Amino acid sequence: MSTTSELNRREFIVTAAAVGGGLALGLTFPISSAGLAVDAAKISGRPWESLAGKSDIEVGPWVVIAPDDTVTIRIGQSEMGQGVITSCAKMLAEELECDWSKVRAEYVSVNRHFRENKVYKRLNTTSSSSVRLGRPYLQQAGASARERLMAAAAETWGVPRAELTVKDGVIIHKATGRTLRYGQVAQKAATIKLAAEPTIKTPDQYTLIKKPTKLLDAPLKVNGSAVYGIDVRLPAMLYAAVKTTPVFKGKVKNYDSDAIKNRPGVRAVVEFGGPEIEAGVAVIADSYWRAKTALDAMPIEWDEGTHGGDNSQGFFQISRAVLDDPGAKVVTKVGDPEGLLKNASQVVEAVYEVPYLDHTVMEPINCTAKVTADRVDIWVGSQDPENATIDAAKVAGVPVEKIYLHNCFLGGGFGRRGNQDDVRQAVSIAKQLDGRPVKVIWSREETTRHGYYRPMRVSRFRAALRPDGMPLVWHTRVVGMDEDVFGAKLVAAEGGIASQPGTGRAGEPGDEQLIRGLHQLPYQVPNQLFDYHLRKTHVPTGPWTSVGRSQNEFFLETFVDELAHAAGKDPYQYRRALLAANPDSRFSKSWIQVLSAVADKTDWGRQLPAGTGMGIAIGDSRRLSRKEITICAAVATVSVSKKGAVRVERFDVAMDTGPFLVNPLAAERQVEMQVTMGLAATLRQEITIEKGCVVQSNFDDYPLLRATEIPEIGVHWVRATDDPIAGIGEEVVGWVAPAVCNAIFAATGKRIRSLPLKNHDLSWT
Amino acid sequence: MLSMKVNRKTYRVDVEPETPLLWVIRDSIGLTGTKFSCGKALCGACTVHVNGKPVRSCVVPASRVVGQEITTIEGLSPNAQHPAQIAWREADVPECGYCQSGQIMAAAALLANKSNPTDAEIEREITNLCRCGTYLRIRQAIHRAAQITARA
Repeated sequence: MSTTSELNRREFIVTAAAVGGGLALGLTFPISSAGLAVDAAKISGRPWESLAGKSDIEVGPWVVIAPDDTVTIRIGQSEMGQGVITSCAKMLAEELECDWSKVRAEYVSVNRHFRENKVYKRLNTTSSSSVRLGRPYLQQAGASARERLMAAAAETWGVPRAELTVKDGVIIHKATGRTLRYGQVAQKAATIKLAAEPTIKTPDQYTLIKKPTKLLDAPLKVNGSAVYGIDVRLPAMLYAAVKTTPVFKGKVKNYDSDAIKNRPGVRAVVEFGGPEIEAGVAVIADSYWRAKTALDAMPIEWDEGTHGGDNSQGFFQISRAVLDDPGAKVVTKVGDPEGLLKNASQVVEAVYEVPYLDHTVMEPINCTAKVTADRVDIWVGSQDPENATIDAAKVAGVPVEKIYLHNCFLGGGFGRRGNQDDVRQAVSIAKQLDGRPVKVIWSREETTRHGYYRPMRVSRFRAALRPDGMPLVWHTRVVGMDEDVFGAKLVAAEGGIASQPGTGRAGEPGDEQLIRGLHQLPYQVPNQLFDYHLRKTHVPTGPWTSVGRSQNEFFLETFVDELAHAAGKDPYQYRRALLAANPDSRFSKSWIQVLSAVADKTDWGRQLPAGTGMGIAIGDSRRLSRKEITICAAVATVSVSKKGAVRVERFDVAMDTGPFLVNPLAAERQVEMQVTMGLAATLRQEITIEKGCVVQSNFDDYPLLRATEIPEIGVHWVRATDDPIAGIGEEVVGWVAPAVCNAIFAATGKRIRSLPLKNHDLSWT
Repeated sequence: MLSMKVNRKTYRVDVEPETPLLWVIRDSIGLTGTKFSCGKALCGACTVHVNGKPVRSCVVPASRVVGQEITTIEGLSPNAQHPAQIAWREADVPECGYCQSGQIMAAAALLANKSNPTDAEIEREITNLCRCGTYLRIRQAIHRAAQITARA
């Protein structure tokens, strides 16, 4: 990464000449001038750059040790607020036995990953996988480096390795009282090859993992020095403002670049498009504001294609109609569900609907690219630098080894920054600019209207109850409206649904997101059917934190509440009874433990004032393609004014930790993030389509949760299982909507079967 | 050519008079701690101080603040030692961190006015959005910053 290191070292002089006219004149400032950290930085504000000095020694691809014992740990996952830099560093440091106060972090070199046969294993940050998948190989990397350092000390002293111990990076030979520091033996360690890889610790042996740890990157985010993709600045850099076809899959018909060519700072107007690149036009200028205002002033005519008349209402109508279509694909069938439902005297039935949702990352979508004959440089905050590199290589028409992707901090991800549309588009623009670097910035409106949306969905649940109120038969039917851009990639990332034994189904792209959470009822029901239809729209869809569960758990956990009500039973006790009776009892006990924890903490069943209610929900984030789960139970305490204003007073989450949490501090905040996210979606958010386009545009019509609306949040950790949990980054959000809506039912008697709540009249007397 | 006074330094910038202050700070002067997010003064990520008052720089034309004292996150304090910044680090507030420059600038302006703000005052004065939901920790950090100031 010579280009960027070089930049970092020298002063970046902004002159009229350097930027080709127009900007501030004659100013001199360091390119990373954004404040000086007081404490020694734990990571560069430009995380793709190394803090390591020339005399630092690499002991394996993940670890660099300085003569003063500072340890730099390389991180392959992307920091977007979940604390992954700190968590990954901890997992490695757990084995390295170094002094945590001397640990620094830097991102791995994405280019090296490709040049050295995927040396960093995997560079995507999706599917709650950083700890789940990263822990074994990061521990191994730490253990391996430790053993090489120990072997180097043993060799130096001429004593057997077995006589040495290590603590906080100091190797001790107890018999002679001699010590050597890591910094003193790193050079020798780098030459040592181990005969066999050391065994790694089991969770009961952890000493660093499990402790609450402050985030290494936090100081950079309180002085303005953390560089997000949008903050990248390069010599001679140009800026691009973009407009993409308002109707997805449309085309550019024509545009009048003459109308703006004489505006100040405007350099070029270029078109972009192609495979997996939505068509559009970019105005290139010497500042973003000049590019954006020129773009706004330029007449553009669009070819809407065949979707200019499509709208959300139509999609919902189609979905409702499709509910009764024959040929639904069967996922689960137990007993004789059809026969029993046909003959049942009383059937509880409910249809549920949820809209498209946007990710609403705070940092608008952006990407900076420089395409020259020798190499392609990309600066972006990406959840998937690996696929971004592959995509960039395709668009640029060069081998992946020529792509240098510099991953930046991410101003939010939530699944949005793993689609690579930003990178494909920026490279397709940059390659038209003769080697000049260009920073492409989307407006907030463009960001909102060109997402990969959480899919809308309609479902119908039917059940018949036995005389004791417990379900005899249960039929779930879902209609998915998923655009297939995302499906194949999801299936690949998850190992493929076809790999799941016993389902008897062929693998089908996009299925899992639709099925997840519904494929295996946690509750005891002797006769079950789960089937689905899949229809497609032109609206791009993708993973949105919790992938599938934000829809399916709303359906499932609301319907269980409806059954409890129909049976005249308490919703908490009803769930307990259904769990306890479940013959698939592997996790019933654990579920009940977590469920009762949240009920106890919230004093479930206590008297509440009129208009206030409590709602409960539980799940375990089970997926078809993996065995790990995270059991999470939630209770919402909600008040509804007589006029129908909803206030979530408290939100309590009980969650299984399994044998450990890597960083309880970060985990707690991930829960808070998901409650915030889930509440905003439940209360107000929806993406609607009119005339083929997204209607919403900014925070005024697609609002985030405000500080005044945040409830008190209680996080209650429970040790309920013995295996490591599935993850923590998205294992809460699915239960926010059902808990809140069940509480609203308890408060008002109004059953919510569609979201968001803003579309409902919740007034009561 | 406009003359802008940012973090006690004067810069001459060649921009159209209606160019929002945000883009002068970010593109012309090169201070990127101040963030662009909504462009319509809805979220507060771009909050800076003009003569000590918090403003949302994405909608303030540069020409309107010529010669006035503009302070960004980079100039809030030497070495990031403003009580709000100390408290933010202590409480480990940031998650993705993108909104936090704006949050801190809004908090600093509030604290300059009210040395010990109540929860209600914080809720009324700090209307910046945070997608990660750090609101509860921001509130804690503002109270802590008030304590730090009182002790100093």
